Amino acid sequence: MAQATFEEISASDFFYRNRDIAGFTNSSRAIFAAIRELVENSLDAAESQKIPPDIYVRLSFEGEASKDTQIYKLRVEDNGCGIQPRFIPSAFGQVLFGSKYKLKQQRGTFGLGGKMAVLYGQITTHQPAYVTSSTGAAKTYAFKLMMDIQRNRPIILDRKVLINKDQWRGTIVEFTLEGDYLRAMPKILEYFKQTAMVNPYANLTFVDPKGRLYKFTRATTTMPDPPKETLPHPYGVDVELLQRLIQLTTTTNMADFLTGHFHRVGAITAQKFLEFSGLSPSKNPMKLSHEEIVRLMQNLKKFKDFLPPDASCLSPLGEALLKAGIMKELTPEYLVVHQRKPSTYAGHPFIVEMGLAYGGGVPKIGRFMLYRFANKIPLLYDEASDVSFRVINSMNWRRYKVANDMPIAIVVHICSTKVPYKTVGKEFIADRAEVRREVANELREVARQLGHFMSRREHVDKERKRLGVFAKYLPRIAEFSAALAGKETLPDIDKLLKSVQKYGAEED
Amino acid sequence: MAQKKTKGKIVEKRNEVIESLEKFGGQIYSQLDSGAFPQLSMPSRSTENINYDPELRQFILGEKSVHRSARNIRHVKPFTQLVWAARFSYELTTQRKTSTLRDVYYSAQAYEMTFTDQQESNNILTDLETVLGHSREDLNIFPEERSAVFGDLTIEYTVPGYEGKTLNLTSHPDGVLIGPALTSSEFVTTSADKIIAIEKGGLFTRFIEENVHKKYNALLISTAGQAPRATRQFIRRLHEEMKLPTYIFTDGDPWGMHIAMVIISGSANAAHLRELNTPDARWSGVWASDIVNYKLPTDPLDDVDIKRLYELQKDPRYQDDPLWQREIKTFLKIRRKAEQEAFSRYGLTYIVDEYLPRKLEETKIK
Repeated sequence: MAQATFEEISASDFFYRNRDIAGFTNSSRAIFAAIRELVENSLDAAESQKIPPDIYVRLSFEGEASKDTQIYKLRVEDNGCGIQPRFIPSAFGQVLFGSKYKLKQQRGTFGLGGKMAVLYGQITTHQPAYVTSSTGAAKTYAFKLMMDIQRNRPIILDRKVLINKDQWRGTIVEFTLEGDYLRAMPKILEYFKQTAMVNPYANLTFVDPKGRLYKFTRATTTMPDPPKETLPHPYGVDVELLQRLIQLTTTTNMADFLTGHFHRVGAITAQKFLEFSGLSPSKNPMKLSHEEIVRLMQNLKKFKDFLPPDASCLSPLGEALLKAGIMKELTPEYLVVHQRKPSTYAGHPFIVEMGLAYGGGVPKIGRFMLYRFANKIPLLYDEASDVSFRVINSMNWRRYKVANDMPIAIVVHICSTKVPYKTVGKEFIADRAEVRREVANELREVARQLGHFMSRREHVDKERKRLGVFAKYLPRIAEFSAALAGKETLPDIDKLLKSVQKYGAEED
Repeated sequence: MAQKKTKGKIVEKRNEVIESLEKFGGQIYSQLDSGAFPQLSMPSRSTENINYDPELRQFILGEKSVHRSARNIRHVKPFTQLVWAARFSYELTTQRKTSTLRDVYYSAQAYEMTFTDQQESNNILTDLETVLGHSREDLNIFPEERSAVFGDLTIEYTVPGYEGKTLNLTSHPDGVLIGPALTSSEFVTTSADKIIAIEKGGLFTRFIEENVHKKYNALLISTAGQAPRATRQFIRRLHEEMKLPTYIFTDGDPWGMHIAMVIISGSANAAHLRELNTPDARWSGVWASDIVNYKLPTDPLDDVDIKRLYELQKDPRYQDDPLWQREIKTFLKIRRKAEQEAFSRYGLTYIVDEYLPRKLEETKIK
């Protein structure tokens, strides 16, 4: 592995100066981003142990800061895996220190978000952050921390060790920050709702500064399998990665090097590739010249016979959970969910899952509601730039008996070891050909099923109407003709009505 | 003048209509009662099934028929409406009440038999006419009245409350409306020996003022433009029952000419009905050749007039009598038209004293 489990990259000063690239653009975005980053850390911490998450978020009003902003205290509690005491100060006080530099699907990827939240709190209120955590062992550790921004080092102001007699496990983070909750509120509430939708096994509780309680209760305790770490796929490597692997490797020939360090490369594939690129299988990788490494990288990308990456490093929600989440939050009349087979772009595996909800609790707003998720994170900004939005809008919906003023919600979940975000802010998925194709195929799949549902319903409606017409008119014909013919009794038309009903039932 | 006994015709007709309605209801009832979806056939009224019968001298329906079944989802509603219309007509005829097309449309709502619009209810009534072979006037459904009759004809009412009462049609100087009460009356006696039908109400009044009915021993009828079916049927009855020859005076233009033709040979719209036309009636004027001969003040024919003339030229009703083709050709040649009032240039009484007798003589029915 090129990247060791925990490593230090000095950068807090850089992010202090460029905080908008991490989403802390202004006072309303900042409060949204802080909540979001901490909630996502908590979800990751619980999921890594397959623990159904219980997350409690409280935002309380502390005082006025300026004309438009206030000081808030943010507290986030989870029941996740907890953090070992020696890592706690750095995990919250040192930017780009983290547990997430690994090739597997995770919500966060930079080990940046949680620290940015704390950093933002410190620069706006100059108050310390309080972190309490336990891994469920005998002791609980409580830290009072600040950050030395210039040197990117945590400053421990206080450290307490408590007896954990309840065997509590989890992490509690509390700090103050400046923000504009009123403006951020709609996005924050939407964030919780959508997070609940895509994490149906989580309990989410949010208490807002006015004391209002928002509770999202889990619909299931079933959880997806946690992702496994994986080796890099040959299509996704660059020269830097090759050089690091060569420095690190214990193998002494190219055949072993390829099979030992790359994803889905076996002896036969390695042999074929070496023939293709004209390298001797017995060559020592340490002896590759710089030019040879560059050519190796190019050939790795050109060679057609590598197997696509498998999806064991991904943790999609799965159809059952996606269904449970959407039913819980949208209560539609009709729902279809579907998961595509894994696919890849540039050596990164990804899976597209989709839900299409119709009617019931889905509001009629004159256009489709679109819920976008990447690695179980709701994407709430820049909808119109997202690949899903474009695919949906370029689709010919009439083929599926769908008009755009119908109450329809489309839920798109893309999970990948590297989600193809267009920007650092993780707001929308780039329009890459491979991703677009998967999204489009998936959309067709669910739309086709909705189309079947619509025609079936149309048929049932038509049938009901048809029977209604006979039931309405035949008795009148009987009545009028009896009066004309001067008969006292009406003719018996039950048999006729039954005959049309029977015909109708067969058609259903 | 010989008294012509015709009493009983109206009662006879009414019984016939009631019987046909009962028969219609009975058929549907027995179909339903035997567990079958009721169905019926009637002659098709589509354009290709409307033919001109030179012998009857009117349009008639051909061999094609349409089939309606309550089994068919598209037919069941109009089918019900048709049976309702029969039921409603039955009530009218047996209780001797009358109604109008508009009234039928509104009455339907009381039976929760809504029609989308009046056109729909009118069509259903036309279907009923076709099925029964009786006109809606026979079913006591009349259009709004506007045409009138004046002259020495004594009628006897059959409408409830007036049964047995008689009226002489000279009793009111404005003429008597040709409405349900009049058309359902029996004809008792007349001294007239002809009918003069006039297109315009104004001239009709003038004729009464000038005592035309006395001078020429005629019944005067105002058709008020295109003659309503009730009026056409009324003329036919007078012609048949009282043996009165009929002379028609219209404006001297293609439209006036066609008013006369519809009284004589009927319309395509009523091809499913008989006894609305009077084939022996004569168009006495104003002809195109009268415009030339009497040097009448004229207006030029406009494009619509000319187009109409070419249509009429090909119309089968215009082929029998060479008069029609001759006059159409004259119109097309002079490209002028004149109204009946044009005779006023020769004085107010000229039309009555000079023109009318000459034309009656010229078109006299032997």
